[in-house]
Amino acid sequence: MTTVSEKKLTEFEDNDQKPVGFGRMLRKEDARLLRGRGRFVDDVQLPGMLHLAILRSPFAHAKIVSIDTSAAEASPGVKAVVTGETLKGLGLAWMPTLSNDVQAVLATDKVRFQGQEVAFVVAEDRYQARDALELIDVEYEVLDPVIDVRKALEPDAPLIRDDLDGKTNNHVFDWETGDAEETDRVFAEADVIVKEDIVYPRVHPAPMETCGSVADFDPVEGRLRLWSTTQAPHAHRTLYAIVAGLPEHKIQVIAPDIGGGFGNKVPIYPGYVHSIVGSIVTGKPVKWMEDRSENLISTGFARDYIMRAEIAATREGKILAIRTNVLADHGAFNGTAAPVKYPAGFFGVFTGSYDLMAAHCKMTAVYTNKAPGGVAYACSFRITEAVYLVERIVDCLADELEMDPAELRLKNFIQPDQFPYTTKTGWVYDSGNYEPTMRLAMDMAGYEELRKEQALKRAKGELMGIGIAFFTEAVGAGPRKNMDILGLGMNDGCELRVHPTGKAVVRLSVKTQGQGHETTFAQIIAEELGIPPDDIDVIHGDTDNTPFGLGTYGSRSTPVSGAAAALVARKVRDKAQLIASAMLEVSVADLDWVKGAFQVKGDPGRSVTIQEIAFKAHGAGDLPEGMEGALEAQICYNPSNLTYPHGAYICVVDIDPGTAEVKVRRFIAVDDCGTRINPMIIEGQVHGGLTDGVGMALMEMIAFDEDGNCLGASLMDYLIPTSLEVPDWETGFTVTPSPHHPIGAKGVGESATVGSPPAIVNAVVDALKPFGVRHADMPLTPSRVWDAMRGQATPPI
Amino acid sequence: MQVTMTVNGVEYTREIEGRMLLVHFLRDVLGLTGTHWGCDTSNCGVCVVWMDGEPVKSCTVLAAMAGGREVRTVEGLANGAELDPIQEGFRQCHGLQCGFCTPGMLMTCRALLDKNPDPTEGEIREAISGQICRCTGYSSIIRSVRWTAVHEAKAKEEVAQA
Repeated sequence: MTTVSEKKLTEFEDNDQKPVGFGRMLRKEDARLLRGRGRFVDDVQLPGMLHLAILRSPFAHAKIVSIDTSAAEASPGVKAVVTGETLKGLGLAWMPTLSNDVQAVLATDKVRFQGQEVAFVVAEDRYQARDALELIDVEYEVLDPVIDVRKALEPDAPLIRDDLDGKTNNHVFDWETGDAEETDRVFAEADVIVKEDIVYPRVHPAPMETCGSVADFDPVEGRLRLWSTTQAPHAHRTLYAIVAGLPEHKIQVIAPDIGGGFGNKVPIYPGYVHSIVGSIVTGKPVKWMEDRSENLISTGFARDYIMRAEIAATREGKILAIRTNVLADHGAFNGTAAPVKYPAGFFGVFTGSYDLMAAHCKMTAVYTNKAPGGVAYACSFRITEAVYLVERIVDCLADELEMDPAELRLKNFIQPDQFPYTTKTGWVYDSGNYEPTMRLAMDMAGYEELRKEQALKRAKGELMGIGIAFFTEAVGAGPRKNMDILGLGMNDGCELRVHPTGKAVVRLSVKTQGQGHETTFAQIIAEELGIPPDDIDVIHGDTDNTPFGLGTYGSRSTPVSGAAAALVARKVRDKAQLIASAMLEVSVADLDWVKGAFQVKGDPGRSVTIQEIAFKAHGAGDLPEGMEGALEAQICYNPSNLTYPHGAYICVVDIDPGTAEVKVRRFIAVDDCGTRINPMIIEGQVHGGLTDGVGMALMEMIAFDEDGNCLGASLMDYLIPTSLEVPDWETGFTVTPSPHHPIGAKGVGESATVGSPPAIVNAVVDALKPFGVRHADMPLTPSRVWDAMRGQATPPI
Repeated sequence: MQVTMTVNGVEYTREIEGRMLLVHFLRDVLGLTGTHWGCDTSNCGVCVVWMDGEPVKSCTVLAAMAGGREVRTVEGLANGAELDPIQEGFRQCHGLQCGFCTPGMLMTCRALLDKNPDPTEGEIREAISGQICRCTGYSSIIRSVRWTAVHEAKAKEEVAQA
């Protein structure tokens, strides 16, 4: 096991290393992005291209009485105006969501959230398209909305989904995990029980690039090319085939450079379908690019869980059981992107990193008149909510027991010899060694010193808080025996070709949105084959040119596609070994692999490089009996289990007693994501996730007024951290490889987003201890902290 | 209406609508798509370009207001194949991930270094505080600017010694 506290980069460090395999390496994709030569969806310009704009509902819940499009149709430059009625005629008014619900492509009967799509205009330029929206006359009959999620199931609550046959209430699903009876029994015998109501408010991923698409339908070939902001181009292609009835082999989905995704670009949005319809109707390429307000009010939100948490323990601080009851707001359509058998995503890992006797969760999900979504914002399929719940309630228990929160956690960790560890909710943690990770974070923070400083400050009336969170994630969905999205198994393909001169191309089913796949996947191949990463091209984001797979979200690229890349390279290496044995005239067993070459055992002077083998594979002369030419392979990887990264985070905050403003002074993040492919990229991803955490804990929330108006509809209202709200991040790492992943890697993209909010909230609550505060809900804005200081903390919804 | 402006040293005259935003003029009319469009409310800064040497948010500047002025965009930073030191700094220190905020960040940081060749961490944070990056958490952007400051100082010293 390695434990390392990373030094801060100095200006004089050699950054431009050239590893043939794993290690710090500068990114291949930066050359174009630094020069303004990236190609994002909105950069796509096609001859004759038209522009599409969407008319959205101003109301949260209203019947559509009539729509008059005549003035819009007569507006300059307008080529088409399409309403729900038009789509109904084409059988396209509704589409399936990723959770087997349906969602309106354009509203026909009524609108169900503010911002819902009602009509669209296609015009010669984007200004004309927007002008024409103003001329569409929609008559609405306003209905009472369901905004307060707690009232959604009351008998007299307005019915939102009257489009569903036989639906009489706003219930989406009930879900349960763990053993209720056993958990109740353990609770009944426990010395100490702590309860808390904990809200994880609705937030939004808000990538800097909004969502959009360019559709180009060729009526002669019957072929559709679609450039779109998608994290999952192959899954989208299959769904378009199902939704639009187009044959799948005639659809090409291209995800070019993507300006951040964070789960916001997993679902299929009506706008993508609009652009396809627009292109079919007009016979021209059609571009749709939403603006920031549209992105915030209508696309995939995240969280919105109201959780009752209970923890049972002995007086000495042995945690015995956790139980929770959750009310989940799914918005107007159940658009959650999660494996079918996991309607609550992977919330089942709410048992955290602790060895419990029992656990139980009961959840109810409901419809409200708000935008659909739920799984997004780097949440690893709801693990953000699970980790927040357990790490908050463990801190509440520490407060009750008057124990140090670090000590309480250390006392209850699953021990290294217990892995693989099956939790009380049935998850099999692959590997872990928690204590060294925790100790490293405490050492880096100078934990004891911080507690001393805090005691001195408290004596002077100053408000300083230290918060800890320890998380275990479950990522890399997933094994096809129990994980699919709309019937598509969550596997990923990979294809590798080594060219005659020893350069290579690797094709992936996953898609970077900034994670650096063009670099790290070249490094994985380099590690396995000894070909320098600069000699390896990584192709991704184009369904015509890559093998099928489910895409990039839930930190699954490295655990699933990364495994595929390593295994496809090994397959190529196996073939290379057969060719090498013929070239060197020795048996296969007499060859040693030294990265990049096969060498005759005991005779290092006799060897052939992978490049020489590649030329031989394509060249003249015989190959071994029965072998085809070329040096290439393809696989589809089905993981045997998820991977379980972990980490220890410590946050130090200072609160101004006069203004209640929270300042994050320090943040120490120690991550264990198993084998590390490129430390620079890992560190960058962790930094980004920590910044998300500051946003969620202190600033961000998508709120609604009682009429259902979204109050976070611009970046003036929905506050995202800038450089002034975050500290210089301090990172470290431990390495506990995954036993079932071919290179031992576990994935890291979402760890920091998952782990940081509880660390920050725990720090704020710790700072507020002198006021008797045990819990305060996010976002901890100055006004909400001010209320908490006065014993008037309220839930945000 | 007709507008004439210089962009990255080249003069352009185009017929446009009076309401056209500078960001759309650069992207849709001139095809300079390195400058991005992100929020419409001057909050995110992915659209930052220079107008007469000052960084401005081109989503809230009319193209007409840039008439007769010198505009510089991310495409005007590199000198042929050679990156501007600020671009090299971002490359060396992983100052970018998805690359969407990067053009605006580069323009702001270049302007900062031109005025203040040796900025502190606090000064860099202040300079980029009108811009949002969702990927990097800002630390690596700050390191990138410091890398550039140190390397530009070294280069100057070498020139002086020669």
